[in-house]
Amino acid sequence: MSANTDNLNSDNSNSEKPNSESFLKTITVAVVLCLVCSVIVSSAAVLLKDKQLANASLDKKKNILVVANLLTKDSDIEEAFANIEQKFIDLKSGRFVSVSNPESFDQRKLAKEEETSVEIKNDLARIGRRSKIASVYLVKDNDQIQTIILPIHGKGLFSTLYGFIALKADKQSIVGLKFYEQGETPGLGGEVENPRWLALWADKKLLDDNGKPALRLVKSIPKNEFEVDALSGATMTTRGLQNMLDYWLSEDGFGPFLAQLNVKGGA
Amino acid sequence: MANKTMAINKQELKAVILKPILDNNPIALQVLGVCSALAVTSKLETALVMCLALTLVTACSNMLISLIRKQIPSSIRIIVQMTVIASLVIVVDQLLKAYAFGTSKQMSVFVGLIITNCIVMGRAEAYAMKNGPIMSFFDGIGNGLGYSAILIVVAVIRELFGSGSILGFTILHPIQDGGWYQTNGLLLLPPSAFFIIGLFIWALRTWKPEQVEESN
Repeated sequence: MSANTDNLNSDNSNSEKPNSESFLKTITVAVVLCLVCSVIVSSAAVLLKDKQLANASLDKKKNILVVANLLTKDSDIEEAFANIEQKFIDLKSGRFVSVSNPESFDQRKLAKEEETSVEIKNDLARIGRRSKIASVYLVKDNDQIQTIILPIHGKGLFSTLYGFIALKADKQSIVGLKFYEQGETPGLGGEVENPRWLALWADKKLLDDNGKPALRLVKSIPKNEFEVDALSGATMTTRGLQNMLDYWLSEDGFGPFLAQLNVKGGA
Repeated sequence: MANKTMAINKQELKAVILKPILDNNPIALQVLGVCSALAVTSKLETALVMCLALTLVTACSNMLISLIRKQIPSSIRIIVQMTVIASLVIVVDQLLKAYAFGTSKQMSVFVGLIITNCIVMGRAEAYAMKNGPIMSFFDGIGNGLGYSAILIVVAVIRELFGSGSILGFTILHPIQDGGWYQTNGLLLLPPSAFFIIGLFIWALRTWKPEQVEESN
């Protein structure tokens, strides 16, 4: 009640009070401030957009080059990326498809929408749905495929890990593995980013002769080319990684694509 | 005459800039802005970028708010301050994404969270609303430096003993990379910053007993 009276009083005695308290003034200040701030914010966003997009795409290319083992210290990213071709595949049939605007292809966005994704039945990677179309990268030399780079993702302990795995032309052996986004425990599961550990993956065999996922992360010393020494202190992350690989290389993942892919040119 | 006012100004200026570093530290004495101090200090590089961003935002928001302080109706002053601060933070975030992409990726949401950093709003409300724009600007710089001092101390300890390096250069060669140093995993997790800040406050208050709060 008393607050009400105060308000009335101040409204009535506008002329005597300092100007900054009046109703009109309050609205004017708010509107002007909002206008000025929105102009500043939107112009910053518009002016810097090109640069930001370029950064994001450069970052992605860099990750792809690292996983394919093509990035040396002083090589130019754009130049090194020239031999890499981005292709789109329909995961179910394993065939190449074309996409209307490859520049803005966003697999994560597609995986969320009903019509562009499917629900995963045997959800090893714990990701719920997957996009029908996936983008893969092929490193070519004179029309012959040298390296096949596949995007993978799946749940670890705390986070969803996003990364790439690169295979040799035999469609079995690993060139490299790299995660570009993860939020696992630093020092434990976070060691999936440790280059020394990732180096253990090179030349291991991800798939057996029948094209089935066969690689195991083991706690003991690896005995053969189908075993990789797991990270110590990161059981859950390791399990997530194992499941992720098992899922993405299965019949429901890149299995059909790898089975059909003709590495000797063409495709 | 002119000389005298200049001298006073200089002294005042010095106090405004230097006081927040040890005597009136925003984190150690006022205990503001602790959340971001936990989040971005596992590496010195991100801590430095955060310090720079926060100092810039505090200084500029202080100056802008001080410039319009006589126009701000008191009934909406908090939201006005908030709008100015939020706009500045978005601009800083956009600039980082354009010119320091790697770092901005590591800092993720914490740049945006400068908006909610109590130091920025605290200084706007406590200082910029009552003082001129130039002094307010330097007050922002001073408080940014005070915040930075703690962040840098915490980040150096965490990065050195947590990953054995400073600014990415290996100092203590960790076992994971074939060296001898067993890294302390706790230091890489946010709670460790709590302990370090706590120890820092203890040390500071032992040295400067006047900062100890009176108990009832």
